[in-house]
Amino acid sequence: MTQPIEVRIEGHVGYYAAGMNEEATVEILGNAGVGVAENMMSGRVHVKGSASQSAGATAHGGLLVVDGNAAARCGISMKGVDIVVGGDVGHMSAFMAQAGRLVICGKAGDGLGDSIYEARLYVKGSVGQLGADCVEKPLRPEHLAELTALLAAAGRTDNPAEFRRYGSARQLYNFHVDNAFAY
Amino acid sequence: MTTITTADNAADPVADAAAPPCPPSDPAALGLRENATFDRTTIAAIRRAALTGLYDIRGGGAKRKLPHFDDLLFLGASMSRYPLEGYRERCDTDVIIGQRFAQKPLHLKTPVTIAGMSFGSLSGPAKEALGRGASAVGTSTTTGDGGMTEEERGHSDTLVYQYLPSRYGMNPRHLRMADAIEVVLGQGAKPGGGGMLLGQKITDRVAGMRTLPVGIDQRSACRHPDWTGPDDLRIKILELREITDWEKPVYVKIGASRPYYDVALAIKAGADAIVLDGMQGGTAATQEVFIEHVGIPTLAAITQAVEALQEAGLHREVQLIVSGGVRSGADVAKALALGADAVSIGTAALIALGDNDPALEAEYRKIGSAAGYYDDWQAGQDPAGITTQDPELSRRLDPEVAGHRLANLLRVMTMEAQIIARACGKAHLLHLEPEDLVALTIEAAAMTRRPLAGTDWVPGLPGTGGAPGGNLGGPGAAPPLVGDQPVARL
Ligand SMILES: Cc1cc2nc3c(=O)[nH]c(=O)nc-3n(C[C@H](O)[C@H](O)[C@H](O)COP(=O)(O)O)c2cc1C
Repeated sequence: MTQPIEVRIEGHVGYYAAGMNEEATVEILGNAGVGVAENMMSGRVHVKGSASQSAGATAHGGLLVVDGNAAARCGISMKGVDIVVGGDVGHMSAFMAQAGRLVICGKAGDGLGDSIYEARLYVKGSVGQLGADCVEKPLRPEHLAELTALLAAAGRTDNPAEFRRYGSARQLYNFHVDNAFAY
Repeated sequence: MTTITTADNAADPVADAAAPPCPPSDPAALGLRENATFDRTTIAAIRRAALTGLYDIRGGGAKRKLPHFDDLLFLGASMSRYPLEGYRERCDTDVIIGQRFAQKPLHLKTPVTIAGMSFGSLSGPAKEALGRGASAVGTSTTTGDGGMTEEERGHSDTLVYQYLPSRYGMNPRHLRMADAIEVVLGQGAKPGGGGMLLGQKITDRVAGMRTLPVGIDQRSACRHPDWTGPDDLRIKILELREITDWEKPVYVKIGASRPYYDVALAIKAGADAIVLDGMQGGTAATQEVFIEHVGIPTLAAITQAVEALQEAGLHREVQLIVSGGVRSGADVAKALALGADAVSIGTAALIALGDNDPALEAEYRKIGSAAGYYDDWQAGQDPAGITTQDPELSRRLDPEVAGHRLANLLRVMTMEAQIIARACGKAHLLHLEPEDLVALTIEAAAMTRRPLAGTDWVPGLPGTGGAPGGNLGGPGAAPPLVGDQPVARL
């Protein structure tokens, strides 16, 4: 898809639905298989059900909304996309996430944000063990503002003040021997 | 190799880069004997580990001596074979890649292609020079980790676009601008390893293309983010075909480790072509321990890959592109005779551009290396302006002149392969066959299933060695490994 068209799928979809989307608005009324909206460049993909692994993987832009849960590796290597998940996300979500924002209205599994770069993560529920170099960071007014806008864009009514923010401690950006046991 | 200066050797004249240590001219006369286990290279490695607490990262491929193409010889024509006249009778060199499923397969004029090397590891002018050189002789060049650059697309008639685990800079527009797509699973220098680009090479432009901060070490993932096994790869390849209208050949690149199984699985996943990279294959930056100890030699990998293709009935239908230590037309001819359809060169192409030029000796010495040894391609200080992002250094490389040198090398390699093919009576490079080859060493004989020169013995192949006839083709001979006939798996 390379045009600002609207696509509505009344049912479930398999692998890589709306993969590499450019400009299109896609609504999936059911669940989505592996890699929904992977490498999306722009546009909007809305999954009304739940999404399998690697939702929004490596995506550069656009907005991915999952009303239900997203499985492991949600937002892996994301490069600028915004992702809003209404439910929980599985383990290793936002692994090596480079840029963009991931909002999780439920819980996050273990290894959240492992080896994260500059992406920003917002989680309302509990977080399992954080991944290497991922830390909790203060939720300042500018973060509240961007979170409020993201929730609104996803059509959600969650209270932004209930979220916590996570991001990179930037300790692993340049190899240092004293970090050897963190890897 | 990383040179180290520490408190205890800084004042030491032998550690001075301008006067590198030289071994005594006749150690034995002084009663000195080097230890084969703890040789000077090993001692230096242990010392640097102890002094810095860091493992070594470098460019290039495996340096140790390995079974290689040099361990094979061509038999040439004889009473039973008819040679072709050099420079007169035709010996074609073209190769078509990707006709299995792609609507627009590549038609290359020579089977020698340029391997994928990332912008980031290489400078913009180096990428441009590769494109110019390859295009001048009608062959392809390949992008790398970090995405497609204008320099390269603009100057490459045929450009293969790599689809890597990091997906740095990957976008559907570039997929459509490419002439073929190469899904990279691994590299021969580091099967199972991801990429690495050290902070000093991460300029604004490189960082921008990769969506990452400037100046940080960039690790490229070792696994693809959205598929995990061969069944998923099948679907991924279909997605890539759909996005590019089923036009472009899809290659799968593997680092040589278990080539028989990997090739069988890549065929099943729907690859149009397989790129097989052995452990001598170059890298821009990898841990020394990885380069020297993981993966198998190019020579050992080819025969297994060809067997997997033959068993699937797809040899020469799914093309096999071999890389890892290809240096000359002889290497090209040997790879093709063993069953490859084409080869790729990385290191040799960089040397053609000007890497390790003896004219730069003084500058190499300044950074603790020497012409012929320079492998700090990770460091970004390349005096030849090739493996660097420093604008001053990059400017030293004239892409037109360097591209011309690369074109020369590609022409020489192609002509050398033709010389050998004609001597073997072949009117096309792709007519070279295993029967044209014998092995010089037992290792090479076992790896390639070719008999040891002057014997009919193939180690491990029943019925060879000793028996009259044997593999020489007499009565009672073991089945020769000819053409597309499936052979027994060892
Ligand atoms: C400087 C440099 C950068 C490379 N970058 C990549 C890369 O981005 N992706 C990849 O698949 N292989 C990369 N390679 C490996 C080459 O594609 C190729 O497999 C190898 O160079 C072949 O062996 P040879 O150097 O002995 O010819 C790189 C190699 C070099 C020397």
